[in-house]
Amino acid sequence: MIRQLRGEDGRRDAARSARTDALRPRVEEADTVAKSICPYCAVGCGQLVYVKDGKVTQIEGDPDSPISRGRLCPKGSASKQLVTHSGRQTQVLYRRPYGIEWERLDLGTAMEMIADRVVRTRRETWEATHGGKEVRRTLGIAGLGGATLDNEENYLMKKLYTALGAIQVENQARI
Amino acid sequence: MAECHPVGFQWVMEARLRGVKVFHIDPRFSRTSAAVDRYLPIRAGSDIVLLGALINYVLSNELYFREYVLAYTNAATLVSERFRDTEDLDGLFSGFDPGTRRYDTGSWAYEGDEDARTDEMREGSGVHAEAAGSDSYGARGAGASARPPTDPTLRHPRCVFQILKRHFARYTPEMVQELCGISPEEFAELAEAITANSGRERTTAWVYSVGWTQHSVGVQYIRAASILQLLLGNIGRPGGGILALRGHASIQGSTDIPTLFNLLPGYIAMPHAHRHDDLADYLRREGGDTGYWGNRRAYLVSLLKAWWGDAATEDNDFCFDYLPRLTGDHGHYTTVMGQIDGTVKGYFVVGENPAVGSSNGKAQRLGLANLDWLVVRDLTVVETASFWKDAPELETGELRTQDIATEVFFLPAASHVEKEGTFTNTQRLLQWREKALEPPGECRSDLWFYYHLGKLIRQRLGDDEVDRPAKELTWDYPEHGEIREPSAEAVLREINGTGPDGRALSSYQELRPDGSTTCGCWIYCGVYADEVNQAARRRPGSAQSWVAPEWGWAWPANRRTLYNRASADPEGRPWSERKAYVWWDAEKGEWTGHDVPDFDKHKAPGYEPPEGARAEGALAGTDPFIMQSDGKGWLYVPSGLADGPLPTHYEPHESPVLNTLYGRQANPARRLYDRPENPYNPPGSAQFPYVFTTSRVTEHHTAGGMSRTLPYLSELQPAPFCEVSPRLAAEVGLVNGGWATIVTSRAAAEMRVLVTDRVRPLRVQGQLIEQVVIPYHWGYGGGGVVTGDVANDLLAIVLDPNVYIQESKAGTCAVLPGRRPRGRALLDLIEEYRHG
Repeated sequence: MIRQLRGEDGRRDAARSARTDALRPRVEEADTVAKSICPYCAVGCGQLVYVKDGKVTQIEGDPDSPISRGRLCPKGSASKQLVTHSGRQTQVLYRRPYGIEWERLDLGTAMEMIADRVVRTRRETWEATHGGKEVRRTLGIAGLGGATLDNEENYLMKKLYTALGAIQVENQARI
Repeated sequence: MAECHPVGFQWVMEARLRGVKVFHIDPRFSRTSAAVDRYLPIRAGSDIVLLGALINYVLSNELYFREYVLAYTNAATLVSERFRDTEDLDGLFSGFDPGTRRYDTGSWAYEGDEDARTDEMREGSGVHAEAAGSDSYGARGAGASARPPTDPTLRHPRCVFQILKRHFARYTPEMVQELCGISPEEFAELAEAITANSGRERTTAWVYSVGWTQHSVGVQYIRAASILQLLLGNIGRPGGGILALRGHASIQGSTDIPTLFNLLPGYIAMPHAHRHDDLADYLRREGGDTGYWGNRRAYLVSLLKAWWGDAATEDNDFCFDYLPRLTGDHGHYTTVMGQIDGTVKGYFVVGENPAVGSSNGKAQRLGLANLDWLVVRDLTVVETASFWKDAPELETGELRTQDIATEVFFLPAASHVEKEGTFTNTQRLLQWREKALEPPGECRSDLWFYYHLGKLIRQRLGDDEVDRPAKELTWDYPEHGEIREPSAEAVLREINGTGPDGRALSSYQELRPDGSTTCGCWIYCGVYADEVNQAARRRPGSAQSWVAPEWGWAWPANRRTLYNRASADPEGRPWSERKAYVWWDAEKGEWTGHDVPDFDKHKAPGYEPPEGARAEGALAGTDPFIMQSDGKGWLYVPSGLADGPLPTHYEPHESPVLNTLYGRQANPARRLYDRPENPYNPPGSAQFPYVFTTSRVTEHHTAGGMSRTLPYLSELQPAPFCEVSPRLAAEVGLVNGGWATIVTSRAAAEMRVLVTDRVRPLRVQGQLIEQVVIPYHWGYGGGGVVTGDVANDLLAIVLDPNVYIQESKAGTCAVLPGRRPRGRALLDLIEEYRHG
């Protein structure tokens, strides 16, 4: 501080001390580093995801990326919080018809219940023909996906919906 | 761009450091405006006037790149003598049916392509348009003759060039001033800059986002930019192009491998009950036989083989009949109306928040409240999941929690670091993400969810006709780990496709029409070439060329700039050394250069197709646009579009201004939903005198589910706001930092006021038009650290007729000082404005 008051540049040597020299970046202690891509806009900035003891400890820009050259915007820089923030829901919730509160449901039960509903609704709303033409579909089941879905996810979704005859399958890409 | 794609904007700044002049044309002053050479505010919804005037400037001053235009575009092509322009019909093209509000596009065809019969099956006409058929042009052009008649002197009155000249003659700098609010001096500066910076030695790029697409004439905005760029020779060349900056990590991927109603992977149209009886019928109607799209049977049959495996045989049309059929519009907004009407019973919403993110949020929520069951998968409990306990309609009494029958399942999702897979980013680049760790608790990837749900459903199915497509589906992927995560790499390999030997294919050129190859998405074929995940390549940018071909993988065939054959002259030589990109090496007899050539590698520039040639063989060595049936860049679109072969200025559906260019106020073919849930503000309404446009800020992401839940970002941008000019603030009585209520026929929303002189009223038709800028990231709940009224509730549902995107960038509103009323009084206020 004294050196800075004397006019030395506070962003260079004048900011150093024995304590700051001893500081180590937490990325150095990471157990693993995964190469990832930012999930926000479509520029596709490279991210490095640092994990220690089964927790994400830092997400930084990947300097190797020819697109982003290590840079991230405020959202990309906040993406560690996207993954670790306390508001993330990690359990299944269920609201029964006319219910006034959420209830807990375990994942396996929820999956079975959803499968039951798909099969039932599909049968009840099945349309073999429309205006004399074969259509082989249901207008009873629809889907809307976000555009942070992976290609592999979109692929399985479209494949399954189509095989079930559900055609009202849409995405943020329409919007 | 600096606001919403900040890290991409670093390259614009690099270009500026090299002396490039950058313009920013936008109704709203943003971080981009602050960092460019010239900011031009424009009235929202008037861009075709500006682009049309630039086209007129280029044509009337003979500033087009003549050699490029003659060789690579359809400028010389003759159009049917039955064609009538908007110039002849006061704002309509020939073929309009006022009853259906659709065009019969037959008269728009090239000479010799016309079909005198009314044919609503034709590309662009009734049946095709109703199912948003032009979405399939994401990877190809509509069908047309490979060799239509031409006049290379460009003098024939019916050649495209002369039609363009006549069509755009009325788009003058004076019209730009009158409709856009841009002065003739500002226009001249822009026009001189883009023309001086185009030609052999230089290229100009146009960059756009949803500010151009979210209009009832959105497709024609992009068409106008395409015409301008083709005339200036700026397509297929380095530093050129019309660059779409897409807003979400894999929104490009979500279009390529579409979860869209009207598409199959690779922009193959979903079959339509009335257009397509069987496979042969389908192939006959879906585009031309020349150009690469002439191989579409190979692309489609390979997809059917990927999905139905051994069950798909030549004898059963490769299970083509297993594909369900469309009968019209089954898009997002029509689906919501189906929910309100009770036909749609079950709804999956995955990483999306339509209760906040879609136009007319009330219609969305009324739809959700009328379902039998709803499954929402997200990181937090977004408003779409919690609407039954916190929707604004509960406060107004329009809904009551205990009356809502919808059964809701909320399933927590894995984040981007807790699963592996590819995004396709805005530049068509597939980038693989490694998994950093396991998802917490019951969080799962959507890959996991759909794979295991599919297994559970298949266990419940029988063997009858209805269930057979799902029973016979190939649905077997390796599972990993305790949670039995399906292998994303195995799915990517299926997308890539395999040959008769079972090995991964390297290129879509290897796909066969006989069922001997499989491929889940033909444009992605090659992403797993040599059994290697090419999307996972991470050779550092510093260790390779400026094109960086070994970082990720771009479709198609790892080409980084599309149509790059056009970067060389007809003889195959670079237009200039400065702009050399891809060129013909006569000694080796192949195309070479900095990028993968977007052309037959060994097709010489002098190649002339023999009579009767098909597919790529029918295109000459000078035809760069290989997905078009004539190999040309289309200045004029003879087939495929629903609202015209040329861009024409129409006012937004809601506008305070009259269209002084034509007798038609708004796009005559626009998609309307005239229903009680979706009332419209009348044009020129004194009740709604101001223009408003929705926007985004750097610190938030779309409907906010991934940003207003984070304290870091919420602190930076804590509250919904509107930005207004000091003049409007004085007129209405708004105070900077205080409250305003924005009113439309749909909703009234309160927000903070930001008064700045960055928002300038524009003088349009002699009156000052005020524009209100409203970022739309906030919602009433959704686990938000910060909350607020939903800006998208203000918007009407009115759509572009080609692709059914909503007009969210230009509407009209009233502005009141202070907060909005609560409860029933809120509805009274809206009613008062609607009928007052």
